[in-house]
Order: sequence, then structure tokens, then C-alpha cells
Amino acid sequence: MTSSPGSVGIVQAQKMRFDEPLPLQCGRSIAGYELVYETYGTLNAERSNAILICHALNASHHVAGQASDVPENIGWWDNMIGPGKPVDTNRFFVIGVNNLGSCFGSTGPTSIDPATGAAYGASFPLVTVEDWVDAQARLADGLGIERFAAIMGGSLGGMQALCWTFRYPERVRHALVIAAAPNLSAQNIAFNEVARQAILTDPEFFEGNFIAHGVKPIRGLRVARMIGHITYISDEQMAEKFGRQTRPDTKFSFAPEFQIESYLQYQADKFSQYFDANTYLRITKALDYFDPALSTGGDLARALSAATAKFLVISFTTDWRFSPARSREIVQALLDNGSDVSYAEITAPHGHDAFLLDDPRYHAVVNAYLDRVAAERAR
Amino acid sequence: MNRREHSIIEGWVGRGNRVLDLGCGDGELLGNLVANREVRGYGIDIADDNVIACVKRGVNVIQSDLESGLAGFGDHSFDTVILSQTLQQIHRVETIINEMLRVGREVIVTFPNFAYWRHRVQLGVRGTMPVSKTLPYEWYNTPNVRMFTVREFDRFCAARGITIVDREVSSGERKVTFAPNLLGQLAFYRIRNNRSG
Repeated sequence: MTSSPGSVGIVQAQKMRFDEPLPLQCGRSIAGYELVYETYGTLNAERSNAILICHALNASHHVAGQASDVPENIGWWDNMIGPGKPVDTNRFFVIGVNNLGSCFGSTGPTSIDPATGAAYGASFPLVTVEDWVDAQARLADGLGIERFAAIMGGSLGGMQALCWTFRYPERVRHALVIAAAPNLSAQNIAFNEVARQAILTDPEFFEGNFIAHGVKPIRGLRVARMIGHITYISDEQMAEKFGRQTRPDTKFSFAPEFQIESYLQYQADKFSQYFDANTYLRITKALDYFDPALSTGGDLARALSAATAKFLVISFTTDWRFSPARSREIVQALLDNGSDVSYAEITAPHGHDAFLLDDPRYHAVVNAYLDRVAAERAR
Repeated sequence: MNRREHSIIEGWVGRGNRVLDLGCGDGELLGNLVANREVRGYGIDIADDNVIACVKRGVNVIQSDLESGLAGFGDHSFDTVILSQTLQQIHRVETIINEMLRVGREVIVTFPNFAYWRHRVQLGVRGTMPVSKTLPYEWYNTPNVRMFTVREFDRFCAARGITIVDREVSSGERKVTFAPNLLGQLAFYRIRNNRSG
């Protein structure tokens, strides 16, 4: 199978082992752990052209190209990253990292706890955005990257990029914060809680120790994924894509009848096969807890005042999960601080998912911004 | 915008100032102010192409609609707020002027003078709406919704207690001192609120 033009081609995931315990926000620490990552492009001699890509809820380190083991598995941001693409691997060294607590190879609830010889399951600690960023910083140390040219992410990934700028200000030249928010609204938390309840009340959840019982809380995961999917798409996009289309043969039954039902069930089936319930619970909690302004009495500008990075903030008009107004809060805080910031509000019909899609204006803004980043001399 | 227009505005902006440029277009003016006056500048524009052009230039730009106001900005959070050749395209003129005077210690407004003599000839003699270098549109495709003159803007400021710190009127690369409302094509105002001293 040949790779398409602009693809980074076949990529091999790598693994880094950390033996120094990582203290976590919850008060516990994780003794030893592994992070899985992929890299694309070449690190220059000055080590100044690295871009870190932070992933969102259900994604992984496999950001671009074709996975070496499963070539039809294309990276989740492949339209953004590759030779000649907005994140141009001809000039940047791009790193995709799988976060701690995930289920795609980095240490998480499905990993074996060396203390017990069994999977962590419910005993895996609750990790936060700050913890992820701390772990990513150690990966950067291991790769010899003192300062990133840019750190970039969408949604929860955007929160990590934002977190980097005040947690490790000297290590970030540019932050691209896309379809994100400075914290979750009550409505956002409410959706997360419904998703969690679906998992927690699944009889096969066994308080998180389902692996030991040889089962999976498939039903809970399915419902959780459906809830999520509803919030990722705009009303108008759902109407356009599915409308009220039905399959006539299933009338007067509870079998999937409307197209949207089939779609949700298909997504739910797919997701529940590969995703871990404990990971899902933890990632939604990490989202809920993220709130940099909590320590500054709600003053976001003060919370971000340590940041020295330059920012590109992007939102999408029909995103109702993290609406443009939420991105504008970040922009306003940065303006108040006198930080360098540009903000693009992309008119797109797709809702929150727009950040993953190939919109020409969106990609043009990222491309233009990273052109400048590439042109800058590393300080 | 020609070199003279740039240099008038540059002369009114202090070195290292915080500058907000409303309707910043492709960011050329702001880019020059950053390069020559070392300002900390932000542009605001609604058009996708302009936002991309600013980002290309390395100028801070915020994509936003001016008509929705400057609500998020604190009082006097900028040294200078600039509205260059955009006021004629804004419906809520009073709102935007008040908001600019609130957010900026000083405001620079530039606009085409509709009372320029060639415009008067077109309307008064030929009976057609003026079309010129500063008013490059036909009546049916013009984005301009407010047609006003140097004299009217003077009156507007006087009636609202707005201090005109500086005013310059130009025609092409030339400064116009005699009969500015008749001979001037472009007007430049540097204004501030009386109340703020």
C-alpha cells in the first residue's frame, strides 16, 4: 500500500520508560510509567523546530500517517500534519504523545501494576491536565527538547497546550489552542456526568475491576460514546447529514429506525470495542477539573500571567460544546495580559468536530501562523 | 493607504504604546507601527482573508465584528485606538466612537471627506453619486453607510465634548491647510474625551 501525497507514510510508535515517580495533582504518585509516542519529520541541530501535538478525549499518539501494524489506521489529524500540510513535517519535528491513563499504550488502567501483577483497573489514579503536561515535559526532556517551537491541540488537547504556557512558560514559544475552553461549563460537566453514570451503573463495571472479572462494561461505554457524539456535532450538521431519514422495515419497533440512531449505534459499537471504561471516566474527570483560574479567584488573566508564549486561538461558529464565546474568554485574558495573540473564528457548519476536519480557511490560518513560527529564529 | 497617511498616524502614536486597530484590514498599518514605533498592537477584523493576511504578516489579529462593540475591553486599556477609513461603514457611529474613547486614552479616526470638491461636482453638477480614489464604489455596491464631511465631524465632536487634539486633512500626498472641507480628500482626527483629561 502506497501512502498518499502529503502523508508522513508508515509510522512506528515508540515508547519511553520513566522510573522516577511522577507526583500527581490528586496527591498520589505513579511509581514508574511508559509513554507511547510517534514522531514525524526531523529535529534540527538547534533542537528548535519541535511541535508537540496534544490529543483530546478518545485519541492517541497516532496523529499522522499509517500505523505500522495496521496500515489502514490513519492518524487522527492526518489532514493537518504531513509534508506540505499546515503542520509541515518538512520543516517541523512533530511529536504525538499518548497521555498517561489512556488505553492506547501509555501506562493506564489496563496496564499491569508491577506491585500486584494484575491490571491497575480501578486503582489507577485520577490524572489531570496538569499531570499530563508534567508527563509530556519529561518526554520532552528525554527527547532533548528544551523548548518547543509550538504546542498544539484541539478541544481537551487545546487545554493541554494552554496549560503548558503557564506551567512551563519558558518551554513554549507558541501555543495553538483550538476549539478549547478555559474550563468546562456546568452543561459540559452535566454531559460528562451522564456519560460516567452510564459506565458506573453498568452491571459489568464491577467498580472498575471488570478486567479481573473478564468482562467489559460495553453497555455503559456505548451510551457514554453516544452522549459524547451528540455534543460533537452541530444541530444543523446533524439535520443535514441525517435529517429524519428512516429505514421503513423497522417501523413500530425499537430497532434503529432513524438514520441518526443507526449512526450513534455504529459509533457506540466501534468505540466500546477499543476504548477502556476506566480511561473514559478519568479523561472526563480531567476535563471537569481543568480550571486554571480556580487558583486566582476566577481571574483567568492572572492565571495565565506567567505565559510568555505567543498564541493562536481558533474557534468554530457552530461549536456548542466549546463555543466561540469560551475561546474569546481565553483571548480576552491574553489581551489583558498584553500577550501576543491572534484569534480566528471559523465559520463552519460542523460543530465541535470541525477542528478535525479539512476546512480551507481553518487550515490557511494554521498554515500562515506556522509559516511565521518557522521563519522566526529560535531564541 | 499611502506613505503620507501612514506617517500621519505614526506621528500620533507614542513609542511602545498599546494600540488597538479596529478594522485593521491586512494589517499593513499595524505591522508598520510595530516595526517603526515598537507598539504592542492588536488588530480587529471580521473578514477571513484579512485575518489570514494579518497572521501571515505576524500581526496580532482578533476576528470579531466591530458592530458588536468592544465590550470585553477594559476602560483605557489601550493608549491609542485607531479606526482607519472604516467609520463610514459603521451603522452605530456614536456607539463605536464612545466605545473607542472608553477603551483608549486617545483615538485616531480617519475617513474620506464626502465634501471634497470633486465629489461636490459629481453630485452637484453631474447629478451622480461621487466615485473617486477615496470613494471607489458605485452607489449600488458601496460598503459605506454613513456619508459625512470634515465640517460634520468637527460639529459631532464639539456637540459631545470630544477634544480634537490634532486634525490633518490631506489630498493625495499633500497636506491641505486652506479650505480643508472643500479641498481635502482624507481627514485624520486625533481625539480624546474631555472628561478623561
